[in-house]
Amino acid sequence: MEYLSIVFQEVYKILFLLVPVLVSVAMIVWLDRRVWAFVQKRQGPNVVGPFGLLQSLADALKYIFKEIIIPSSSNKVIFILAPIVTMTLALIAWAVIPFSATQVLADINVGILYLFAVSSLGVYGIIMGGWASNSKYPFLGAIRSAAQMVSYEVSIGVIIINVLLCVGSLNLNDIVIAQQNMWFVIPLFPMFVIFFISALAETNRPPFDLPEAEAELVAGYQTEYSGMMYAMFWLGEYANILLMCAMGAILFLGGWMSPIDVYPFTLVPGALWLILKILLLFILFALVKAIVPRYRYDQLMRLGWKVFLPLSLIWVVLTSSYLFYFNLLPVN
Amino acid sequence: MIAHAIFFYTFSIIAVVSAIMVTASKNTVHSVFFLILDFISISCLFIMIGAEFLGMIMLIVYVGAVAVLFLFVVMMLNVAQQKNQWFAGQSTSKHIPVGLIISTLIFFEIIIVIGGWKYKPEIFDINNSLANTSLSNTHSLGQILYTDYIHVFQISGMVLLVAMIGAIVLTFRQRSGVKRQSYIKQISRERVEGVEVLEVQSNKGVKIDD
Repeated sequence: MEYLSIVFQEVYKILFLLVPVLVSVAMIVWLDRRVWAFVQKRQGPNVVGPFGLLQSLADALKYIFKEIIIPSSSNKVIFILAPIVTMTLALIAWAVIPFSATQVLADINVGILYLFAVSSLGVYGIIMGGWASNSKYPFLGAIRSAAQMVSYEVSIGVIIINVLLCVGSLNLNDIVIAQQNMWFVIPLFPMFVIFFISALAETNRPPFDLPEAEAELVAGYQTEYSGMMYAMFWLGEYANILLMCAMGAILFLGGWMSPIDVYPFTLVPGALWLILKILLLFILFALVKAIVPRYRYDQLMRLGWKVFLPLSLIWVVLTSSYLFYFNLLPVN
Repeated sequence: MIAHAIFFYTFSIIAVVSAIMVTASKNTVHSVFFLILDFISISCLFIMIGAEFLGMIMLIVYVGAVAVLFLFVVMMLNVAQQKNQWFAGQSTSKHIPVGLIISTLIFFEIIIVIGGWKYKPEIFDINNSLANTSLSNTHSLGQILYTDYIHVFQISGMVLLVAMIGAIVLTFRQRSGVKRQSYIKQISRERVEGVEVLEVQSNKGVKIDD
């Protein structure tokens, strides 16, 4: 009985986190399309509901009622597993995101490593989908995404090391608290820029959306998917984007902390600050989608390996020597 | 304790079954997926014994990077057909002695490790180890790796670097006749040198050199 009550308590907590995340994913799709439209002097979705807010729900309803088509020559088990993997991985990472000093589902010691591990597993959903479709375009998309995501993960890892050097802990709450006096975006600004661009590449957002480049690959790894399975890929992708924004907000923008530590600002709950920061980063993501043309594949690889990796490695050396020389290394 | 045992047995059964399936499944890509499942359940076991840093690193390095490259290679090479040929062909028996030697070696290694556990239990006592148990996992690992074992650690890093350079040197080929793209050239191209207006005479055409 005791176990059961604990289990129910945890399930309740998880639902309380996941339902808002899923709803905000739907809203963020609307926001993405809206920002994109405004940059191009269009209206964007504005018919369903006030300001078109319910557009994503209408889309989801449409997807649910569509037939799920499974290609006869596909590998059925893996074909069905792929969107599930994408979706699950995008959602489980939210377990460690701290919304305030106490509001966190799992306050684990190695929180940032967990986030990094889960985001690096995200590539499997795409590879599995692309391979199991047993068709040329999805396979090409999957191969491209595998190479792309592995390359940009490396620089994200090195950027995380930069932040960790200044914090001295892998716990996400510690990382937020270490930014009490100054957000890391100020001393580590070049790293923030590289993190932002790598996050674009890691989530396959334009200008790095080569895995699904519609001009060359139809829709890349999702070509053979239809109905709810396609919607799950799509939801997982946007949940991943939100997650990357949250990661950026925690690593560089002070997480749930208010920008200035004075009276009226400290009244606002930490969760709201975190959400505002995530939204800010997401609007940047959406703007980039609207104003930057797609990269060529060799340019993408060159940027990842020959520009970002050496730059972030040099920055690790610089940060650590600065901290060591001025005796600022966090020791506990 | 019961919940702990349930989780332990779930993960270990998944690990063992997927390890068997790696070798037993006919499709090579399926084998790699089972290998990934094996890695994940083993990292879960690591986390269960309190080695959360090792578990996460296992996930990041093996599942996030190594297995992706594995999958990449297996998908590209289409090993599935070759594997069937190997098993169907006469040459199978050539692999047996090598496999036997390796498996007996691993078997004796396991015996040595487990024997040590049985006859000298104080070696494995956590209080005897160099680790400071009051610190978190990551801190104590770092304190041991970067103080007492710094040389071994550096040497293993150097070995990996040499292996990487060796692999690059072995596979690097200078091919002739390949047009290279120079970014600086492409960006610094001016309109004057890119566009040329020619007077075309009728019935003669234009010859473009390049």
